Amino acid sequence: MASAAATPRYEGKHHLAHHFDTRRQQFDSHKLAMWLFLVTEVLMFGGLFCAYAIYRASHPEIFLFAHTLLDKNLGAVNTIVLLFSSFTMAWAVRAAMLGERRRLSALLAITLLCGFGFLGIKAFEYNHKWQHGFLWGQQFAYAELPDYLAGHGADAATAPDSAADAHAAAVMAELDHAAAVTVAHGHDPALIPRNVHIFFGIYFVMTGLHGIHVLAGMIVIGWLLRRSLRGDFGTRNYTAVDLGGLYWHLVDLIWIFLFPLLYLIH
Amino acid sequence: MPEPDRSHRPLPANRAVCGTADTDSVHDEPGGGDLHPHPVPLWMLGGVFATLIVLTVLTVAATYVDLGRLNVWVALAIAAVKGMLVAEVFMHLRWDRPFHRIALLAAVAFVALFIGIAMLDRVTYLPDLIPGHAPGVQQ
Repeated sequence: MASAAATPRYEGKHHLAHHFDTRRQQFDSHKLAMWLFLVTEVLMFGGLFCAYAIYRASHPEIFLFAHTLLDKNLGAVNTIVLLFSSFTMAWAVRAAMLGERRRLSALLAITLLCGFGFLGIKAFEYNHKWQHGFLWGQQFAYAELPDYLAGHGADAATAPDSAADAHAAAVMAELDHAAAVTVAHGHDPALIPRNVHIFFGIYFVMTGLHGIHVLAGMIVIGWLLRRSLRGDFGTRNYTAVDLGGLYWHLVDLIWIFLFPLLYLIH
Repeated sequence: MPEPDRSHRPLPANRAVCGTADTDSVHDEPGGGDLHPHPVPLWMLGGVFATLIVLTVLTVAATYVDLGRLNVWVALAIAAVKGMLVAEVFMHLRWDRPFHRIALLAAVAFVALFIGIAMLDRVTYLPDLIPGHAPGVQQ
């Protein structure tokens, strides 16, 4: 028992599976498998990006109008949170390779916290959409939209975003078709295109699937953190950290495309 | 004279599937096929993170400039540069076996092909499209 306690835990944990010749070969096989899995993830999100491309090309006015109902600042903050978590994750992989156990645990914990931060902000955004009925399909509360716009119209007039709003209105006027219905409400008539719910259908599916991936990544990082605290990882056993990191970076990679496509439409 | 029985030996095929020309054989590698970790230098990780933040600010700033149809392409180009940085440095592709990069690029290429052909198809029904009208949807 005494000798077992003297050996670092990871030395004992890191066995070579019988069907591999060397550790290198074992590591390469694991990494190849992870990359192939990531490829399937890219293809899965590719289907959603395709839906996005077709709807945006066919109905640009919906996207121009509806994206103003999203909070650009929260989207930008979330982007930075996720980029930072990717940085700490990449650093965690480095720490694992160098055998810096305490630093590895700390970095994994920071990454996990960033995951909570991202989902927290996302939940705040979803809640706002839910409250105002900016939802998919027939759940979309068209009746409340003029009220919402009137309530925010005063802010928009002074906010720096007003230029963008004016631009959107100009584009809609330019399109000059049945899409632009004028809704007179109170003192301010607002231009609201039809079928705004299509944007929110796409928004919720894309960010929702991405959010599920963030959640899955957090479970993986939580598991890595537990193992790291237990002392499983070292210079000869960092495969799990490396592969978990790859998954987390892919989640970041997808958000890098989602952010400008959903929040920054011009 | 009959061939000696070699069935207990590792299959030679192992060598072939494992990599590219010079780093090919796991058996020939220094350290007897043990892991050779390649930790990415910290300055490089930090540099990539800083660049990603700068590009994020840039992509937000770009939406305030009216480039017409080009806006979306500028946003996608910036996102592609950011994605490349994440993949090459954070995801370690730069120092990995080339096959991983090939796999990722192939996936991206097939997504592009998929979207491209779907968009071509869209052109065929474009004349029938009533802007702003989605049949079967109630408001």
